[in-house]
Amino acid sequence: MDVLTDNFSLYGEGFLGTVELTVYSSALALALGFVMASFRVAPVGSLRVLGTVWVTVLRNTPLTLLFFAVLLGLPRFGLVLPFQLFAVLALGCYTSAFICEVLRSGINTVPTGQGEAARSLGMTFGQTLNQVVLPQAFRSVIPPVGSTLIALAKNSAIAGAFSVTELLGTYRTLNELGYSIIWTFIWIAVGYLIITLTISALFNVMEKRWGVAR
Amino acid sequence: MAVDPLIELRDVNKHFGELHVLQDINLTVGRGEVVVVIGPSGSGKSTLCRAVNRLETIESGSILIDGKPLPAEGKGLAQLRAEVGMVFQSFNLFAHKTVLANVSLAQLKVRKRKKEEADRRSRELLERVGLASQADKFPVQLSGGQQQRVAIARALAMDPKALLFDEPTSALDPEMINEVLEVMQQLAQEGMTMVVVTHEMGFARSAANRVVFMADGRVVEDRTPEDFFTAPESDRAKDFLSKILKH
Repeated sequence: MDVLTDNFSLYGEGFLGTVELTVYSSALALALGFVMASFRVAPVGSLRVLGTVWVTVLRNTPLTLLFFAVLLGLPRFGLVLPFQLFAVLALGCYTSAFICEVLRSGINTVPTGQGEAARSLGMTFGQTLNQVVLPQAFRSVIPPVGSTLIALAKNSAIAGAFSVTELLGTYRTLNELGYSIIWTFIWIAVGYLIITLTISALFNVMEKRWGVAR
Repeated sequence: MAVDPLIELRDVNKHFGELHVLQDINLTVGRGEVVVVIGPSGSGKSTLCRAVNRLETIESGSILIDGKPLPAEGKGLAQLRAEVGMVFQSFNLFAHKTVLANVSLAQLKVRKRKKEEADRRSRELLERVGLASQADKFPVQLSGGQQQRVAIARALAMDPKALLFDEPTSALDPEMINEVLEVMQQLAQEGMTMVVVTHEMGFARSAANRVVFMADGRVVEDRTPEDFFTAPESDRAKDFLSKILKH
């Protein structure tokens, strides 16, 4: 117990670091995932190729490798940003590939007739997607998007290895200070649980509110 | 032949894999004409209907609407589709929107009408198809016949030059077929240009100016309903008619 009360500010900082990483990366992942999913179902071939390449590359690359690529690679091209921003980029882009596929499978649950009806009325591809297909796809993708964002919250721990302040990284300081490693990790786990259970709760509420009625 | 062609198909060909589903189709639909397309399953009649607003692409030949060739993808195609309404076998009402919103949506987004104007027009059309009282319900709360009448109102809301019907009554219970056919009869009398793929021979007899009989991807006969039903020329049509008129 001491380990928490003695080092509350350290835990707090780490906790907030993880929350920030999670929130910013989620926003980036959702936005990019949305764009890429639109690309993958677009009538324009080159956009479909771009979407497919994006997903294939990012989904099949180990996240740690991606962190190395972003944190060590981008500065070589003269792009120097705070490490936290680099971490958000790496996490956000990586997760966007998964979000894209979740959204795409959601789009595929909407009967093709819905899109055909919209197009037959003269609606453009964008209007069809935004007004007719996505609002219906949205209902069925709430649970898997929740899972993906929970995975993102936990993946953010990797950023700790690249000197970004986050929850898991606090163990190094505490370990050096001589606290019990078991209790250190238990409180870290509690911190992650708070974040992941909050995400779960949020998505449960959304599912109750907008999920597919059966 | 029609004096003022609105829809023209010239030497249209299409394959689904090995199946040559449309073979050198030539068909002209004049303004104000009602053309009923009949034929056995797999004869290509639905594909023909869907090709007219490019829900199915064609491999060769050309399709002209009001003298202009059908555009490829993009804005031009969207604009053209707004001029050619379509009614589907499975209704395809937007499941997440109310009946009123279904009829208003494309008016707002495509015709750029104001909300009040669009809703007023929608209510007029719902009145016309006898569903004014159902405006605030969702599609699942309606019967099939009611849904199809909403779908007709939705297509009419764009003030189209022509309407395509792809087996509009095939998914309906027998007792609901008439309520849909009555709306279609009324449209035909008002001079709407219509291409109707159907198995409703009664409708074909009473409302059509011409009957097009398709089999195996070809137009086999293209004649007045009276001629077609009383004296079919081809063996294929005789065979088809003998099968469906037996019961």
